[in-house]
Amino acid sequence: MIRSITQQKPEEEVDRLLDGLGRVFIIGCGTCVTLTHTGGETEVKAMKESLTEKGKLVTGDMVLPVACDNLTKEALNEYGEQIDQSDVLLIMTCAFGVQTIASQLKKMVVPALDTLFIGKETAFGEFNEICTQCGTCILGETGGICPVTTCHKGLVNGPCGGTNNGKCEIDDEKDCAWTLIYNRLKELGRLDAMKKFQKPRNHQGEPSPGKWKSVSLRSSDGQKV
Amino acid sequence: MVSAFKKALESGKFVVTSEVAPPKGTNLEKMGQHIELLKDKVDAMNVTDHQSSVMRFPSLGGALMVKEMGGEPILQMTCRDRNRLALEADLLFASSRGINNVLCLTGDSVIFGDHKEAKGVFDLDSSQLLGTIRKLEKGKDLGGNDLDGNVSFCAGAIVTPEANPLEPQLIKFEKKIEAGAEFIQTQAVYDLDNFKEFMDYAKQFPVKILVGIILLTSAPMARFMNKNVAGVNVPLELIDEMDTAPKGRKLDKGIEIAGRMIRRVREERMCDGVHIMAIGKEEVVPDIMDAAGLVG
Repeated sequence: MIRSITQQKPEEEVDRLLDGLGRVFIIGCGTCVTLTHTGGETEVKAMKESLTEKGKLVTGDMVLPVACDNLTKEALNEYGEQIDQSDVLLIMTCAFGVQTIASQLKKMVVPALDTLFIGKETAFGEFNEICTQCGTCILGETGGICPVTTCHKGLVNGPCGGTNNGKCEIDDEKDCAWTLIYNRLKELGRLDAMKKFQKPRNHQGEPSPGKWKSVSLRSSDGQKV
Repeated sequence: MVSAFKKALESGKFVVTSEVAPPKGTNLEKMGQHIELLKDKVDAMNVTDHQSSVMRFPSLGGALMVKEMGGEPILQMTCRDRNRLALEADLLFASSRGINNVLCLTGDSVIFGDHKEAKGVFDLDSSQLLGTIRKLEKGKDLGGNDLDGNVSFCAGAIVTPEANPLEPQLIKFEKKIEAGAEFIQTQAVYDLDNFKEFMDYAKQFPVKILVGIILLTSAPMARFMNKNVAGVNVPLELIDEMDTAPKGRKLDKGIEIAGRMIRRVREERMCDGVHIMAIGKEEVVPDIMDAAGLVG
């Protein structure tokens, strides 16, 4: 399953964002941020204690089951009064949750987390970014490993000179995408795929911001409406 | 128009290149001194492009200065800071000013430099930049549009002969040649027996190879490179040799080692030339050449 991977913002940054706002309502989420221990029950409780110690009045807190879900509206209604009493919502979910909540309530929101990437759990407690939704998939030529995402520089024609014992020049905890791809293609007897020159990428596969509509919502000529 | 550097590559002589680094700021005095010192001694001078992702006076400006002072520049271009429009435009400008040698590089991550929060561009990679040059020469830009006026370049790239693992690096090397690299300047080499093995493989390709030699200035500097620079392996014997050199004579020892290595490469006809990287000590490049028995 893919997950939204987050990390808590530095305490000073949260303090700055909450400066002058005395009454805070805290919202966590029961899904990805619970898994990464960045915005589940435990972290919401710890945040509540920390803010109380700093003299804030926490008007209430809640952990939404799935903050990015459309049902979030109903869940928030249950805490209407406590939310109304607050000056600001401190949201300990990923940015999908923050934006979903912000669209439902007439309140300023402060994210307590930074959303790092959409990742896949590749080992227990370890998440890796494996797709950046670029809109021009080349996995068919790289043995199913994405260099656009997995290579720090997004190189599509092989490794840079910084590759070091199978690791990336920026971090020896990160694998060199092109060592992985090389090994996979070699195993499959398809190194010819790596030898093929890849022309410059189309960076406008879906010009940002992405938008998609189901076929039934499109106009008769198939265009987005 | 065939560049003087390209003529040197094709002449069959042992080609010597070195590099000059543009300053942090607009004081061009030191770079000017280095250019003056080297312009008649080496076949061409690489002008580095925000080396190690440290923002400096641009390589294009430095290359122009080399040209104006009567030297032969090799414009280093990385793909880190410019998208394809900017790279193509800079190539057009370079051509218009008679800067016709280009070394195409991917570029280090911005994380290593002094603007650590900058966006790394990498719209193109080094092999695609080589392909771009060949396309511009055919009168078209990457968008497929016609260009008014001709360009002609001697284009090159780099390879790391001691990369680990080596095979993916060699696939990229072959793609660079296929994309249009006419010359290759290697990452620093210290083990010439390993380099010979690399050359046994590389000789089959239609490309001129200049072995990269980085001047050692001290034992700690050598150890630092071993630890921090990918694909650079200074053997223990050389580190010991630097270590046992008397204090105040370390640089002389480094010059001696570099000279000795270049002499062997040349005498054994291992490759087509040498690229001397003195990293901040450009003023001793003539001494290295002397130690190597090269007539400047």
